Amino acid sequence: MRLLPPSSKVGISGRGLVVTLPYLWLVLFFVVPFVIVLKISFSDVDLAIPPYKPLLEWVGQNSLAIKLNFNNYAFLFTDPLYVHAFLNSVKVAFISTVLCLLIGYPVAYGIARATPTARNLLLLLVILPFWTSLLLRVYAWIGLLKANGVINNVLLALGAIHEPLNMLYTPFAMYVGIVYSYLPFLILPLYANLEKMDWQLLEAAEDLGCRPWQAFYKITLPLSRNGILAGSMLVFIPAVGEFVIPALLGGPNALMIGRVLWDEFFSNRAWPVASAVAILLLILLVPFMMWYQSVQARESASAR
Amino acid sequence: MANSGEAAKAVAWRDPNARAYVEIDRVTKSFGDFKAVDDVSLKIYKGEIFCLLGASGCGKTTLLRILGGFETPTSGRILIDGEDMTGVPPYERPVNMMFQSYALFPHMNVEQNVAFGLKQDGVPRGEIAERVATMLELVKLGGFAKRKPHQLSGGQRQRVALARSLVKRPKVLLLDEPLGALDKKLREHTQFELIGLQDKLGVTFLVVTHDQEEAMTLATRIGVMDHGEIVQAGTPSEIYEFPSSKFVADFVGSVNIFEGKLLEDEPEHVRIGSEELGATIYVSHGISAAPEAVVWAAIRPEKIFMSIAPPPSTGVAGDNVVRGAVQDIAYLGDLSIYLVKLATGKVVRVTQPNTSRHAEAITWEQQVYLSWDASSPVVVTR
Repeated sequence: MRLLPPSSKVGISGRGLVVTLPYLWLVLFFVVPFVIVLKISFSDVDLAIPPYKPLLEWVGQNSLAIKLNFNNYAFLFTDPLYVHAFLNSVKVAFISTVLCLLIGYPVAYGIARATPTARNLLLLLVILPFWTSLLLRVYAWIGLLKANGVINNVLLALGAIHEPLNMLYTPFAMYVGIVYSYLPFLILPLYANLEKMDWQLLEAAEDLGCRPWQAFYKITLPLSRNGILAGSMLVFIPAVGEFVIPALLGGPNALMIGRVLWDEFFSNRAWPVASAVAILLLILLVPFMMWYQSVQARESASAR
Repeated sequence: MANSGEAAKAVAWRDPNARAYVEIDRVTKSFGDFKAVDDVSLKIYKGEIFCLLGASGCGKTTLLRILGGFETPTSGRILIDGEDMTGVPPYERPVNMMFQSYALFPHMNVEQNVAFGLKQDGVPRGEIAERVATMLELVKLGGFAKRKPHQLSGGQRQRVALARSLVKRPKVLLLDEPLGALDKKLREHTQFELIGLQDKLGVTFLVVTHDQEEAMTLATRIGVMDHGEIVQAGTPSEIYEFPSSKFVADFVGSVNIFEGKLLEDEPEHVRIGSEELGATIYVSHGISAAPEAVVWAAIRPEKIFMSIAPPPSTGVAGDNVVRGAVQDIAYLGDLSIYLVKLATGKVVRVTQPNTSRHAEAITWEQQVYLSWDASSPVVVTR
């Protein structure tokens, strides 16, 4: 052991550097902003720039006082607007996740069972929308859904309807937007899971007396459980805090927590309340993120 | 065990009135231009262990999958116990398959895997538990009911797969390379277990294998396949001692094949002149071939005697004896393989049992005489 070459020390410090850099990144761009937001959430509102009072204040000569204001949090529970917005966000995210699953599962399954050549093309088609900005794609949906938009014009021309359908600025448009935007996040992990499936298991199930749909229900579905959970979390977690899509497609009464947050920050300049909303949203989502992590851990353990 | 079973059941395929249990009737399966199975007809009788033997890509697995219902034949039909299986999906066929990969359900334990098929058939719960327990006992996995497949060894997984496919009491069990994933020692052991189990349950087995040794031990009859066709079907000893072609002789066991011309063609003997051998071969039985035709004489390595002194004449003087030099020796313990190079350049494979611990040592470069009995060569015309 004494004869370790000196270079091995350099190796260890090099390894340390490799690990340190991402942690440094996380501290700088996640922990520090988080602490700032947390700090603001306990402050008082002030008509100043920035619009809140400091937590620490010199009182008299030599004493430093910390003033924590819990009112911002209490306010969120007393005003039904916020509770309502939270619940509505969870509901919208949940329904969107279920819709994504219903659409995405057959797609992921189809890609996983396609020939290798077709598979690459199909995967490319799933990823292709990411080459354009989300905002542009959501605006494109406005063009499709509005009263004199593409869909209404086609339906009118075909004679299927006699007056334009009111689709834009409805919950329908919002769900279309969310499902459309988040679908790839569900398809990709689910595909990665299904792609590892041993399809001979389905033949074995059929051999033992299962009809194809029974084999799917008893073999494919339970074996893709981790893929379903991972994909669902990747849709659900960001969808709860989604702001852009409900704001652009959902109309005035699409009350979601992301929207409330925006309003508090920019319209009301109530930074402390907005920060409290952000912190609560985070707390709400932490269990889901932890669940997602444990599913991921299980998935990589089973892959070994 | 195989031999006793063979004797008992030997009647079935020699009896023209016996009813086939599985009848493969002129089955062809094409994938595009490629014929994976080419006009195969075969009758398998109740209680047989029939082995389809062939190299990979010869169509044996496709034929097995047609029987299981996973492939639809392009033409021809399959009858099982008199019932036409055309259009019957896998889940309604009275057969079960043991897959080469075993295809055990990874999210179920051993017990659930074995019970799967019975549950699917709506067998009462009490009966399922009883049949699963009996079957697990039979394959010696009684203590492993709650284990998941990934917690088992290869041999144990193989037995779970076997139990799972047998518990439904299929009319025919289809086995795709059942021992392929096991190591040699375990394979030999399992072969005999498989025969014992088959004897006990009386299920008809159809085994696909590329391993001729496996086929020889397991089978009551072997069907040798090549390019989608069954080139010869018969008992293991028929296949080994009376191969019908160069391909079969070469594929089953090792063999020395000498090309030659018919010099004499009598009803009770033939004489073949072989340039390759540099001698004439006298065979003590007649064959059916055109005079002057090119034929091949196949002689098994264990049927060639090797000696340092000239052997006592085995036939007419000059027949069935050649000289050569030992080029290589492989000592296998129970027997040794000698490669002897003849004056013509042809290398002949000879095996000799090591019956004595202090045998007269034949060594490298030694000049030896090779000779064989007039009944040993098999003459084939293709």
